[in-house]
Amino acid sequence: MSEIGIRLAGLGGQGVVLSSVIIGRAASVFENMEAVQTQTYGSDMRGGDVCSEIIISEQKILYPIVNYPDILVVLAQKAFSQHIQDLKENRILITDKNLVEVNNVSKNIKHFCGSFNNIAIDKFKDNRVANMIMLGFLIGKTKILSQASLEKAIVDLVPANVMELNIQAFYEGVILGNNL
Amino acid sequence: MEKNKKIRNADFLQGNIACAEGAIMAGCNFFAGYPITPASEIAHHLSKRMFEVGGTFIQTEDEIAAIANVLGASWGGAKAMTATSGPGISLMLENIGLGVVTETPCVIVNVQRGSPSTGSPSIHMQGDMLQSKFGSQGDYQIIALAPSSSQEMFDLTIEAFNLSEQFRTPVFILSDSLIGHMRERVELPNKEELALFERRRLKSYQGINQKIFLDEKVALMPVFGNGLKANVTGSTHKEDGFRNVSDPKILDNEIKVLSNKILKHKKEIIRIEEVNLEDADVAIFSYGLSSRAVLKSIEVARKERIKVGSFRPITIWPFPDEEIKKLSNRVKTIIVCENNLGQLLPFVKAAACENCQVIFLPPKTLGTLYHTMEIIEKIKEVV
Repeated sequence: MSEIGIRLAGLGGQGVVLSSVIIGRAASVFENMEAVQTQTYGSDMRGGDVCSEIIISEQKILYPIVNYPDILVVLAQKAFSQHIQDLKENRILITDKNLVEVNNVSKNIKHFCGSFNNIAIDKFKDNRVANMIMLGFLIGKTKILSQASLEKAIVDLVPANVMELNIQAFYEGVILGNNL
Repeated sequence: MEKNKKIRNADFLQGNIACAEGAIMAGCNFFAGYPITPASEIAHHLSKRMFEVGGTFIQTEDEIAAIANVLGASWGGAKAMTATSGPGISLMLENIGLGVVTETPCVIVNVQRGSPSTGSPSIHMQGDMLQSKFGSQGDYQIIALAPSSSQEMFDLTIEAFNLSEQFRTPVFILSDSLIGHMRERVELPNKEELALFERRRLKSYQGINQKIFLDEKVALMPVFGNGLKANVTGSTHKEDGFRNVSDPKILDNEIKVLSNKILKHKKEIIRIEEVNLEDADVAIFSYGLSSRAVLKSIEVARKERIKVGSFRPITIWPFPDEEIKKLSNRVKTIIVCENNLGQLLPFVKAAACENCQVIFLPPKTLGTLYHTMEIIEKIKEVV
């Protein structure tokens, strides 16, 4: 497998960075691959622009930044207009159906969307697990890493008192990704 | 972010956390610092880890106190470190000079950010390369290492401790905010497998002529608390540590011996990584994060059969001028890539300009990583 570059973009507080760290940890610690994760964000913790990038590869990764993502995940309208021009033909776009209105996108881009935020609120009564549903959706859809590795990484990185909730939300996303 | 309690043997670590873990692995048992983006994670992580290993962690009132604490702790026998960014180094420089002249082993981590002045805390730059060497007053030598990955943040922090102990001198780690905040796979060795340089301490005085300072072969250190006395001063002094600020010969000796202590051991200190230089017509000089864009560009250019290679100094100071001179005899052009307006460029030119052409290529926008195309275009232009 050659390098896969993923860019996740949204707003501060949506768990964008944590999601990317979970992917990187799953790949590098539990699947013995190489992974590099970087992030950019404004100085405001909540509500500011956040963008996190992760590259996973079987080989050593030289260039640590994703200029043109293979998978672009967008969780806010503002982030959509900021990042969509970097997505080339035949690449994957994943969006939150209720938060992002997708328009003027090339037919050759594979676009998938789910109601991550709404499911988090309706089913789990906590919008903080929307990122886990998105993460499960991403893995269910693309199969870039195993579910078991992701689960182990979540166990490592999520506080113990909300771990079960996060894992349930992750598998909810996997089912959504598999079925849609 | 790293909520898991125990670091694994192969872990996915932020550069700053890898640096902190490298320090622990090297036996660091004293940290003093003042928080600053983008270096704060080092202090934050060590505020917990230092107590787990029986060491001391102090959040000081400012950076001046931090470096003063570090020098004092080192004289008390500790392996001591501080971490900050450019603005913090500016405050520390007076005491860094004191550390050099009193031959005090310690490690100073500079996670560089957008500069000058307060600059841009989370933008990465290589803007403090000269500050680390020339920031404090007078003629002196320093050792500085430039990591390019999380793994090197770990490995080079250990090496920095080893060099500081071996040569009784402050050693810099010159990282930047992208490396500091970037997460990557890091393989951690078993401590038993590591070669750690333990401080050569003076056990007892061997008579009145005992050198405790100013020996090109590095004097044994009379660490405090063992019944030995030492006068530790930033003023000009003799081998026994006592001041003499009126005799130019004493000053001359101090400056030359301190410099030679580093310069005469350049071969032991300097580390270079050479890639694809065997048949290269063009060499690219780069270090730290910039070198990763350079290596990627070279990989692409090599597929087009362009003979280009990478020369990456891991040791920035002492500057590897002899190695660059040798390189200049083998290639037609050296392209210098650094994320600043050409801080190490004059040093490369001085070493190479008699034998080959030297060209400077900064990133299109300072504070960003080179696009590979920027470098490839320049390579094609000069080939």
